[in-house]
Amino acid sequence: MAGQPILEIDSISKAFPGVLANDRVSFSVGAGEIHALLGENGAGKSTLVKIIYGVNHADSGSMRFLGRPYRPERPSEARSTGVGMVFQHFSLFDALTVAENVALGLEDGQPGTGLDQRIVEVARSYGLPLDPSRRIGTLSVGERQRVEIVRCLLQRPRLIIMDEPTSVLTPQEAGMLFATLRRIREEGCSILYISHKLEEIRALCERATVLRGGRVVASTDPRKETAKSLAEMMIGSALKAPARHETLTGASRLELNGLTLPSSHPFGVDLADISLEVRAGEIVGLAGVAGNGQDELMEALIGERRVAVPRAIVVDGVPIGHQGPSARRARGMAFVPEERLGHAAVPDMALTDNTILSAAERMRLIRGGLIDRTAAARFAGEIVSAFGVKTAGIEHQARSLSGGNLQKFVVGREVLQDPGVLIAAQPTWGVDAGAAAAIHQSLIDLAAKGAAILVISQDLDELMTICDRIAVIAGGRVSPARPTAKVSVEEIGLAMGGQSGAGVASGAGHA
Amino acid sequence: MDLVVNILIGIVIAATPLVFAAIGELVVEKAGVLNLGVEGMMIMGAVAGFATRIETGSPWLALVAAMAAGAIMAALFGLLTLTLLSNQVASGLALTLFGLGLAALLGQAYSGMSAPAFPRLSIPGLSTLPVIGPLLFGHDLLVYLSVALVAGVVWFLGRTRAGLILRAVGENHDAAHQLGYPVVLIRYLALMFGGAAAGLGGAYLSLVQSPIWVEKMTAGRGWIALALVVFAAWRPWRALAGAYLFGGITILQLHSQAFGLKIEAQYMNMLPYLATILVLVVISSDRRRLQSNAPASLGKPFYAAS
Amino acid sequence: MLRLERRKEASRSMLYATPFLAVLLTMAAGIVLFALIGKDPLRAISIIFFQPLTSVYGVTELLVKATPLVLIAVGLSLGFRAGIWNIGAEGQYTMGALAGGAVALAFYDQPGLWLLPLMCVAGAAGGAAWAAIPAFLKTRFNANEILVSLMLTYVAGLILSVMVFGPLRDPEGLSFPESRLFHDSARLPVLISGTRAHVGILVALVAVLLTAFVLARHRFGLVIRVLGAAPAAARFAGFSETATVWTCLLVSGALSGLAGLFEASGTLGQLVPALPVGYGFTAIIVAFLGRLHPVGILAAGLLLGLTYIGGEGAQIAMSLPSAVTSVFQGMLLFFLLAMDVLVNYRIRLGSRPAAAIAAEAE
Repeated sequence: MAGQPILEIDSISKAFPGVLANDRVSFSVGAGEIHALLGENGAGKSTLVKIIYGVNHADSGSMRFLGRPYRPERPSEARSTGVGMVFQHFSLFDALTVAENVALGLEDGQPGTGLDQRIVEVARSYGLPLDPSRRIGTLSVGERQRVEIVRCLLQRPRLIIMDEPTSVLTPQEAGMLFATLRRIREEGCSILYISHKLEEIRALCERATVLRGGRVVASTDPRKETAKSLAEMMIGSALKAPARHETLTGASRLELNGLTLPSSHPFGVDLADISLEVRAGEIVGLAGVAGNGQDELMEALIGERRVAVPRAIVVDGVPIGHQGPSARRARGMAFVPEERLGHAAVPDMALTDNTILSAAERMRLIRGGLIDRTAAARFAGEIVSAFGVKTAGIEHQARSLSGGNLQKFVVGREVLQDPGVLIAAQPTWGVDAGAAAAIHQSLIDLAAKGAAILVISQDLDELMTICDRIAVIAGGRVSPARPTAKVSVEEIGLAMGGQSGAGVASGAGHA
Repeated sequence: MDLVVNILIGIVIAATPLVFAAIGELVVEKAGVLNLGVEGMMIMGAVAGFATRIETGSPWLALVAAMAAGAIMAALFGLLTLTLLSNQVASGLALTLFGLGLAALLGQAYSGMSAPAFPRLSIPGLSTLPVIGPLLFGHDLLVYLSVALVAGVVWFLGRTRAGLILRAVGENHDAAHQLGYPVVLIRYLALMFGGAAAGLGGAYLSLVQSPIWVEKMTAGRGWIALALVVFAAWRPWRALAGAYLFGGITILQLHSQAFGLKIEAQYMNMLPYLATILVLVVISSDRRRLQSNAPASLGKPFYAAS
Repeated sequence: MLRLERRKEASRSMLYATPFLAVLLTMAAGIVLFALIGKDPLRAISIIFFQPLTSVYGVTELLVKATPLVLIAVGLSLGFRAGIWNIGAEGQYTMGALAGGAVALAFYDQPGLWLLPLMCVAGAAGGAAWAAIPAFLKTRFNANEILVSLMLTYVAGLILSVMVFGPLRDPEGLSFPESRLFHDSARLPVLISGTRAHVGILVALVAVLLTAFVLARHRFGLVIRVLGAAPAAARFAGFSETATVWTCLLVSGALSGLAGLFEASGTLGQLVPALPVGYGFTAIIVAFLGRLHPVGILAAGLLLGLTYIGGEGAQIAMSLPSAVTSVFQGMLLFFLLAMDVLVNYRIRLGSRPAAAIAAEAE
């Protein structure tokens, strides 16, 4: 343990409507310490760090910073006291330049006036190359994180809070980040490191405070724990790994043949010549850092944007690139988009109505133009009971469900339609471990029944656990899929960074 | 020559209310708020300015009153959309409908009256020069104010920290909130600036362009100003240029007789509206470019969970 | 300090209660307004909101005013639910009246039973055609339908003016720029003799019932709800935005055009330049006040019809300015939008005790 604590947290509580996010949380971060704050999604980590950074305010409890009482009214106060923060959802502005973004994070910063020079200097000394004049929208996710970190460092903070910093990085980028963090620590700055990735916490941190259901359940030295023991503290019980079945791959069910599609968004990524095959009974994973064409690929696969060449997408031998979502569903496809609220489900509509969105064709919920609400309610009830969705009733709005429960509902809606081809993007993103395990098991079971499943995910652990083969998407191109057993995390990581055998350039979009 | 000078002066006079209204709305939209109530704020500015001019005789008090009327209307819109989080489109429509009604009510006592001429720039020696004098040095003072306002907005948005913060709020209000900027307050201020500018634009109509009070005298100019902001791709100087282009189209109708066009006045009167539609079509058809120019948070409601 | 707290779900009771609250607040604000301009507030309120209901003539006139409002608002509400903002109903109304009226005048010398139906078709087609312009420009060129439809309203007014000054002007008329009176067979049949209550009222009722059915049972009702609430989810479901934009604009254009024709053929019996009196804009208020639901719109249409008749009454009896009506209508929409917050948020006083909220969650 390093000497006098930088930050002491004493009995902090914070409630939101319906949840007690933090319940009398106490711990302290030592000087020059990398301190892990560990917990599942929904354990209260984000709320706590927002209180420390002055975005939220505690209902009760107190904090001390360098021995003095500390209660920041707003982030600027936290920054001037010496607390910096790197957000998980970056607080960056796409249309503004790197320098402007940095200026916005400083108390008196203004682009020009020597700021560019300072950015370049700090960036170089920490091994984080940056061009101050580029627009954020044109940067890769890793580069954006650098902007956040540089912005933080320019304020000479005593404590940096990092919220899930590696969730958007390739393993190699994560390695570089760790080197930077150790550098920062050597200069006497403490780091509060929030994560649910156990291996990296064991590699990086000296202390770990474990949160569960808003409470501190353990405080430990993670280097002396195993990933398994940490996971049990985090979840509160031993976790059952999803049971795999013997994979019997059959006929090709989904084929992409040279799928090419320019993006429709100003900072989007063009899909370039993507070829991929998924066979019956198989789960294929598509790894990649966010913003490398996953959204565009999902659009093209769902049929939200049609492809001029029908043969670019083939399902069960039938070219469907030119068809819309309904026709594709009628062919046996089903989709789980990444965004639950607003894409996969309408937040303000009842669960019953939400089933109709994607199940109208296959479950015959609309006939002759008229909606069969009885059938829709029956199907919604079926989903809720089969997937253990916690809800007060199917007549309640989608937005009233917790993230994990809504995701179970969305996945259940697709899986229970018994599709021949299922495409799921980030199926367990932001979901608690129990729900994630249930979702994984349902995908595995569906494949065992002969469906072809494509899982698009940034979470390499997830893909390594459930997939038979893994391909990588970078810069809108997809590398050939390889059997999971025969690839290493490092190889996938290199491909995610764009250094695959195909010799693809880095994954940045274009302006 | 006189005809050309007259036409050019006419263009300036027709364009100036649009310059005020459009530059105000541009700042509002840069902050991420879509206020469709420009028409309602303009008409309130027009009636408040006119009434004050008649009652007090002072053109300057009239301008202050017009700005205040526009700003109060804008604050009302802010109350609805920023504080009470109601739909921005519906609230903008409400502002226009309410403004048109209230202005008609307040203006009833003044209909038929006319206001005295507005002070003009007069620089001995320069203003009396042929051609150049009336074109550059002989306008009413509001014309110069409108151009100065555009220059001021360019400087503010591009060169000041406050301008940077305003753009940041319009670009991504959640990130701005995370960094600790008071999103709602900044938007209120932007809205009230926009309201004051629209009020000035309205006052220009009732005090300078045709110094009488007539119900509904804004005749869609607030809506044209909204289209100009899109046309300008949210760039101030382009908004100014767009306003002068529209001024030119408007003035065409007045001088069509002089050009020997034998065509019903109504057809000429349609021109500004048709031109607005044409401009929208041309500028909007490149979806991707429009998207990259528009402030990313434009029209989205902001609710801070904490 | 007042704070807003987002509800987990929209409150249904508030959804229905807030329009009534808005009406009450509008009356309260009206009382203040009248007191300020030195008129007896209670008398004014009673003249505007209650007196028209005391005579058969008042009630039938109310129905005559409510008919175009309800017809237009029912059409607009479909688009508003989907986030398609046709605010140019006034122009579509004008073009419907013009198209239907032109048919009446063209066949002035060959009257027959077929004339009125033909006029109705022409009226609906005229309105729909005028709404087709923003639909085409939005779906093809991504042009904002709010601005396009509104600009076209000004253009429609000018076209009407050109026509009644020119080709459609009464050949025997002296100096007034207006058409001749329609032939009797081109007039809408009157329901109650001695009043102006015409069969258009029944058509409006049919439109209400039909729309209510579509919203409750038909796929289209779901499509517009999804498109309005979550456009990305609509794309995910495979609902075509283009088709929805076209449908919403054509339907609302046709209903507005029909309303215009009813006004020309039923209420006025001729084409005059002053035909557009703002029903197309007031209908926007009607649509919102009726919560975008046909039955609510029916009630809201009657209420706003009342403000027209009552406003006229107050003009005569208390020499109140005519603009009072539009001020009332504007205030009504303002208060309604302000009250809307109660549907999705709770208003809380001061900072909340954590325990109380945690307990409430159980």
